[in-house]
Amino acid sequence: MPPVAFDEMGPMESCRPPYARVRDWLAATSPEAMETRRREAEFIFRRTGITFAVYTEGGDPERLIPFDVIPRVIDGAEWDALSRGLAQRVKALNAFIADMYGAQEFLRAGRIPAELVLRNPGFLAQMQGLSVAQDVYTHVAGIDVVRVSPDEFYVLEDNCRTPSGVSYMLENREVMTRLFPDLLTRCRVRPVSHYPDLLLDTLRSVAPRNCKGDPVVALLTPGHFNSAYYEHSFLADEMGIELVEGVDLVVQDLVAYMRTTRGLKRVDVVYRRIDDAFLDPSCFRADSVLGVPGIMDAYRAGNVTIANAPGAGVSDDKAVYTFVPDMVRFYLGEEPLLRNVPTWRCSEKEGLAYALDHLHELVVKDVAGSGGYGMLVGPHATVAERAEFAARLRARPDGYIAQPTLALSTCPTFVASGVAPRHVDLRPYVLVGREIRLVPGGLTRVALREGSLVVNSSQGGGTKDTWVLEG
Amino acid sequence: MLSRTADNLFWLARYIERSENVARLLDVGLRMASLSQEAGGDAMEWRSTILAAGCEQSFAATGREPTAQAVIDHLTRDPANPSSILACLEMARRNARADRTGITTDMWEAVNSAWLEARQLRDEDFAVGNVRRLLEWVKERSLRFGGAAMGTMLRNDAYWFTRLGMAIERADSTARILDVKYHVLLPRESGVGGTRYYYQWTSILRSVSAQRAYHWVYRDRLKPWLVADLLILRPEMPRSLVACYDDLARYLEALAGAYGTRGECHRLIGQMHARLRYGRIEDVFRQGLHEYLTEFIEQNSVLGSEISRHYLS
Repeated sequence: MPPVAFDEMGPMESCRPPYARVRDWLAATSPEAMETRRREAEFIFRRTGITFAVYTEGGDPERLIPFDVIPRVIDGAEWDALSRGLAQRVKALNAFIADMYGAQEFLRAGRIPAELVLRNPGFLAQMQGLSVAQDVYTHVAGIDVVRVSPDEFYVLEDNCRTPSGVSYMLENREVMTRLFPDLLTRCRVRPVSHYPDLLLDTLRSVAPRNCKGDPVVALLTPGHFNSAYYEHSFLADEMGIELVEGVDLVVQDLVAYMRTTRGLKRVDVVYRRIDDAFLDPSCFRADSVLGVPGIMDAYRAGNVTIANAPGAGVSDDKAVYTFVPDMVRFYLGEEPLLRNVPTWRCSEKEGLAYALDHLHELVVKDVAGSGGYGMLVGPHATVAERAEFAARLRARPDGYIAQPTLALSTCPTFVASGVAPRHVDLRPYVLVGREIRLVPGGLTRVALREGSLVVNSSQGGGTKDTWVLEG
Repeated sequence: MLSRTADNLFWLARYIERSENVARLLDVGLRMASLSQEAGGDAMEWRSTILAAGCEQSFAATGREPTAQAVIDHLTRDPANPSSILACLEMARRNARADRTGITTDMWEAVNSAWLEARQLRDEDFAVGNVRRLLEWVKERSLRFGGAAMGTMLRNDAYWFTRLGMAIERADSTARILDVKYHVLLPRESGVGGTRYYYQWTSILRSVSAQRAYHWVYRDRLKPWLVADLLILRPEMPRSLVACYDDLARYLEALAGAYGTRGECHRLIGQMHARLRYGRIEDVFRQGLHEYLTEFIEQNSVLGSEISRHYLS
């Protein structure tokens, strides 16, 4: 088992300073009162229709993600240091993606094995030599961070493709504001609700070179059957932009338009929440009915910006992840402020041997996996599960990486037995346009099962509001 | 506004309106079936319900005799009938969900709760003896939706498209109800046709919630041509053809004003509206009530397509 985890609050009688007010509140609140609040929160979520779909399970197709009413608190100075590291990392990631579709200097300097990039399913040859506005490829990056001690944050993975979950960050705060206005005021928490404004501003700042006048932005969704549809409609609504589906867009003479009741209206920036493969049937998957035929040509012609850029997912690969600290040094000439989790690449002989020998203490992940699927948490797995995974590793070693099982920090969480520590992670959202900006905080995910380290909502995880304190 | 959004609103309103119309038709069918033969109750009654709902083809495909239960099943829940009440609620919810941000919370809740409740229905709720409760419920849900739309929507294009959908569906329904019974509405020498006809006329009025309205408007006993007059030409009667066309003309004009463009749908509405507004019931009967209504249903459907062509695609 991993060593004892760092608890972000600490013991009730001698808690860490940022938690003082939350501790007092916890001490003064009975489990019954807490349960009432939890129910109220759930009622608000269900009424607003904040649901998500879990693809692989039966049952209710519109399910709620469990919400924990106890906030996670991060000190202002801690956040400021973390956010500097995040901005640095995302800047390097953007430089890397731009390089991979341009001169490929990182490859030529021998800093990364070429096949890791070129054979990576996230790499799109169609993007090579295409110039994008402001050289930005990932406009919204979700960087998953875990904490293991008061001053050690590790990056667990980078999501440069189309990270989701930001609507939970916003709605969680909204619910907390309604349920605990006094506590929020007492704690002096930095606000997050301006995120949609920042996002719109970011998207407008990357208007394509042929855009004249005020850029028109639209959010492209796969439609209401998608698990994140609520988030798409929520963000479009908050930004006051059109929520479009593939059929609403049309490309004529290399210009993208929306079909409106007033006729065709030019669109300059498409914030797309559909996958690369479905974006343009004339360029990628021909059987896609979700996309817009010809939009890649309009993109290439400088008439529309697609955000995030197609092919931005090249850096999401977990084997490529291991090179990000080096990207920071290579592109920015700086030492990385944020650490990576030490990682063994099973594609390499020593890596594979180490992983197989230490399976009982490692976390093994599919390089292209996400959502907590296709991973093994060694210490929590049965002998049979480990044997089965070892076979998979031997069969396809370059499909996996292995990491030590980190002692993820815990936060007080309200569960059936009362208030108890549960493991958490954090996904801050980094916005990149003409400048890099973050709202303080992000989405805290919590593993609700005792001892569990898997925080994904598809695997029984919940969320908490994240309070970054002023000062 | 996106054409698809406008299309969703237009069809959302149409499907809700259609579910209510089907419920009204079935309600009248049940009422007529409970009357004695002498008072007009006969097996043909259920056949005319199917006709009035415009479902003769889909019903014929079921191969069933037009018994009460067969017609109720087909019009409330037959999956093969796209105009069944359950199908309408499903389609309405689909359109509402695809346009979650374009409609108000109250409208969404009206549609969503109707859909959720429909999923709880059991077989016995559709039995001849129980179905009245279900029909009442459908009417209530539709009225709640209409109320939510009227009470909470901004008066802009979104509202206008919603009202257009409602009006065009309603005009179609009223015209069909009249057409199915046109033969009992033709003026006769005697002016009254005995008990049998009396109940037939009442049933027409009931199906559009107008039996009280008739007396308020005419202060007269039931006369068949006045029933036709009320449902075709009286602007104060909310389900009359002219009232629906007052709405259609008003909201198409609002759209033309706001967008600064006109098309075939605007020419057509002008022509059809003038004909209803300045028409006389004598002339309708001179042309032939059935011929008049058939032509109207046809043109109303053309108008629907023209609105789609101009704004929704």
